[in-house]
Amino acid sequence: MTNDLTHLTIASARDGLDAGDFSSVELTAAHSAAIEKSRDLNAFITETPELAQAAAAASDARRANGAALGAMDGIPIAMKDLFCTEGVQSTAGSHILEGFVPQYESTVSRNLKEAGAVTLGKANMDEFAMGSATLTSYFGNTINPWKASSGPNAGKDLVPGGSSGGSSTAISARLALGATGTDTGGSIRQPASFTGTVGMKPTYGRCSRWGIVAFASSLDQAGPMTRTVRDAAIMLGAMAGHDPMDSTSTPMDVPDFESGLGKGVKGLRVGVPAEYTADGMPEEITALWQQGADWLKDQGAEIVEVSLPHTKYALPTYYIVAPAEASSNLARYDGVRYGLRVDGDSLDEMYMNTRAEGFGDEVQRRVMIGTYVLSAGYYDAYYVKAQKVRTRIAGDFTSAFENVDVLLAPTAPSPAFAIDEKFDDPIAMYLNDIFTVPASLAGLPAISVPAGLTSDGLPLGLQLISPAFDEVTLFRAAEALEQAAGFELPIFGPGEG
Amino acid sequence: MALDRETVQRIAYLARIRVNDDRLDQIAGELDGILGWVEQLSEVDTDGVAPMTSVADVLAPMRADAITDGDCRDKVLANATEPMEGFFTVPKVVE
Amino acid sequence: MSYIIQGDTGDWEVVIGLEVHAQISSASKLFSGSSTEFGAEPNTQVSLVDAAMPGMLPVLNAFCVEQAVKTGLGLKAQINLHSVFARKNYFYADLPQSYQISQFELPIVGKGVVVLDMPDGTTRDIGIERLHMEQDAGKSMHDQDPRRSFIDLNRSGVALMEIVSDPDLRSPEEAGIYVRKLRSILRYLETCDGNMEQGSMRADVNVSVRKVGTDDLNTRCEIKNVNSVRFIMQSIEIESQRQVELWESGGEVVQETRLFDPAKGETRSMRSKEFAHDYRYFPDPDLLPLNLTQDYVDDIAATLPELPDEKKERYMSDFGLSAYDAGVLVVDRETGTYYEAVVGKGRDAKLAANWVITNLFGALNAKSLSIEESPVSADQLGQLLDLMADDTINGRIAKDVFEDMIETSKDPAVIVEEKGLKQVTDTGAIEAAIDDVIANSPDQVAQFRGGNEKIAGWFVGQVMKATQGKANPGMVNKLLKEKLSD
Repeated sequence: MTNDLTHLTIASARDGLDAGDFSSVELTAAHSAAIEKSRDLNAFITETPELAQAAAAASDARRANGAALGAMDGIPIAMKDLFCTEGVQSTAGSHILEGFVPQYESTVSRNLKEAGAVTLGKANMDEFAMGSATLTSYFGNTINPWKASSGPNAGKDLVPGGSSGGSSTAISARLALGATGTDTGGSIRQPASFTGTVGMKPTYGRCSRWGIVAFASSLDQAGPMTRTVRDAAIMLGAMAGHDPMDSTSTPMDVPDFESGLGKGVKGLRVGVPAEYTADGMPEEITALWQQGADWLKDQGAEIVEVSLPHTKYALPTYYIVAPAEASSNLARYDGVRYGLRVDGDSLDEMYMNTRAEGFGDEVQRRVMIGTYVLSAGYYDAYYVKAQKVRTRIAGDFTSAFENVDVLLAPTAPSPAFAIDEKFDDPIAMYLNDIFTVPASLAGLPAISVPAGLTSDGLPLGLQLISPAFDEVTLFRAAEALEQAAGFELPIFGPGEG
Repeated sequence: MALDRETVQRIAYLARIRVNDDRLDQIAGELDGILGWVEQLSEVDTDGVAPMTSVADVLAPMRADAITDGDCRDKVLANATEPMEGFFTVPKVVE
Repeated sequence: MSYIIQGDTGDWEVVIGLEVHAQISSASKLFSGSSTEFGAEPNTQVSLVDAAMPGMLPVLNAFCVEQAVKTGLGLKAQINLHSVFARKNYFYADLPQSYQISQFELPIVGKGVVVLDMPDGTTRDIGIERLHMEQDAGKSMHDQDPRRSFIDLNRSGVALMEIVSDPDLRSPEEAGIYVRKLRSILRYLETCDGNMEQGSMRADVNVSVRKVGTDDLNTRCEIKNVNSVRFIMQSIEIESQRQVELWESGGEVVQETRLFDPAKGETRSMRSKEFAHDYRYFPDPDLLPLNLTQDYVDDIAATLPELPDEKKERYMSDFGLSAYDAGVLVVDRETGTYYEAVVGKGRDAKLAANWVITNLFGALNAKSLSIEESPVSADQLGQLLDLMADDTINGRIAKDVFEDMIETSKDPAVIVEEKGLKQVTDTGAIEAAIDDVIANSPDQVAQFRGGNEKIAGWFVGQVMKATQGKANPGMVNKLLKEKLSD
């Protein structure tokens, strides 16, 4: 019975809690037990079962008093370790923040807490969210519960995508009903695609960035990771909202995303951007994309060919803008006020020792790239140029949305790859984000919906992108896609991973 | 364009990351690869295009000038290495 | 008043530009809600934002923006409706974010001017290149412990205006006059308290030297963080001398940051690695561009007080004061207010200026009091002028009465009454005193009548003495002349 509770969705768990079929304490205990049994997946950096039980008991008490807080009350979730959580170690997957215990709660995690959500622990992630495979975490890589049934990677341990790989694993392995992720260039959508789950990045400015360890300020955005589109809509409702403490948070009301569902896509104009293709992309991804368009068309949507001509420049643009901002955002990790300190004979020595030991290779690489592109003599050629190209990329979307309501594209150019796969250079890894980065640069909401399997039995997601602050339409189209795909997430037994 | 070891050292110092000499060539190669790859942006015509500095299309919010924060030294120092007498401490700085 | 350094190879002049950092008079910091109060216990005025905890974000203080605009208007400067906050990246122990939020390419205020009032009564315009807002850093202390420096972040995030002058200043004295004038304007505007002892105003001084008659801009050095007018002037003297000697001995001035050591009377290099400074400015992605409307600026302009230059102009045209006197009276707002209260409705403005500048300032200086602490109120000084004007007392007695007023703060009429200092204007009484003097001084009378007219003054003195100084001097003169000529 307890294991069955991990098979629920947020929506069905809410209904069960409301009906009194089970308590939040039971629901939470089932998930904490699942986490414990699945430690080999390394989905969590910090588990907080006692705090979770206390929060669940409080939720049950509220419900007993008829004072339940809403859809998320009593729902056990995983919190990406990029969110600072009061009194609970928050590491951003980095050695430099090992042992750091925030004295404050991020706005998004506080919003969830105040909606009654129960946090099971802090999910693993790429260090400072820099990565596409959760291989750069100081706390070890996370393992995708999926296995290829055939092909070169058959039976091998696969990556869960990244950077929100702990979150995607927690959802697909049924260790939590929902998880927070953050998406800077694809860190929610790509891991969702790799694990057969739903990952949604809202419009930039929809969720507060206050208290989220910053990677690239103009791109970072928190979002929900769940097993269904409806769950994502419910969870985003609890996360989002204007925050006066974040100057880039948009002062707009949060619509009821869930009640916008169930309206179908009849008459919706769906754009298919010709440029979303990549060298060496498997034919089955192209085929699934076409299939997705057909599914929507069958439900009454109009399919429109569109062009986003600057798409191919999005990734190089991103790899100037994001490292530049990161080089500055990560400068505060200097060993002075918190986090790791490695002593030295002078202040400079202490800085250099601390940051060399505290940051992993990928973080160091990006900090150095960012430092370089901002340095004297290179700023205009790299940073300013990239920001101008970014204007062009955003302009492409603006033009496209004059003719269509949403865009449909693949989420990632490949399914999950093996943990031991060798990437001869960093760029090969960066190419994972080729289809997710454009919407990030333009600040647009986008969602990855599991849509099918490769011939080797690995999940593939399709991505939908909508105009800014039109998440309602985005969810509506995503739900139609989800229903047509009829994707079933397998039940992975503990220990199988 | 090729990054030399000196440039890598200069960048590493600006970023305050110690890079041992035996890693300089490898890092120079990696950075060089990435910088060469992003060069393709020069193909894009950006004449008269304004750089995008912010995604959010709203005015800078401002707060009233009121004392609403601070007075929380325990929280500020809670994660510090070797705080003393209410101060943070660092290796001695010679000016 | 050219300032020339005579070297072995010829005459040199000094080229000076100042970057003055003025703390905005705000209750809370530029991007956080912690207090800016001076002198608190270490790290008690620090929020999680000021300590740059992970994920903390800045939110702009509206009042600080208003003060920067107001100051820009006071400097007759261009207000930029669109400005951008940028990060200046560098590592230092008391810079928690490892970047300072400042403004770089697009500051809130552009070109303006400060008018210097020179001692000879002329004026000189010094260009303002820009004014921008930025955060202050914390404070490092190096003497508390043998192997550690201590860091206090109370100042971290306090709002500053950096006011950058053109390199228009040519002598230590001009630099001093410039800083005082700038401080005067800021105090009039009440945007900065100008308190240099508490660090609310300090300057980075850029100095270079060149041969007289050339227009070259030679390599300059920046003397950091000089915190008094006297030190600014001294550091320029010392640094320009050093540079002349260096050039003349075949050396070369290198662009660097230097520190002024007043105790040793030298400037010295802050040993920084040659590539240490590459600030990598870029627009702060945590903050949106600052867009103001012309209406907003106009509303602030409407609240601007009369500034020292306009006030000086008015004192010269309305009150007929000399440029020098007017300049002295407008140095700070309080002096002007005091002076105008003394003039009141139609008192002799020049006489009032003399009394304020000579008598009042003299007395206040002697007691080290500010004008707000003056024991004699403007109203009382006005009353004193009235007593002279209506011949109740004469000028000599007035000085005595004023000395009493400084000690006792009593009204002048009370002192005159208590001490019986009222001027004697009764013809009979004065005649009687004159008669007495003439009767007792036959020799002097003979001399006078013998043609020694100079002795008339002696008679006046004797009569005044006999009346304890209270006789109306005009009447004494007139009556004496009549009687002696009899």
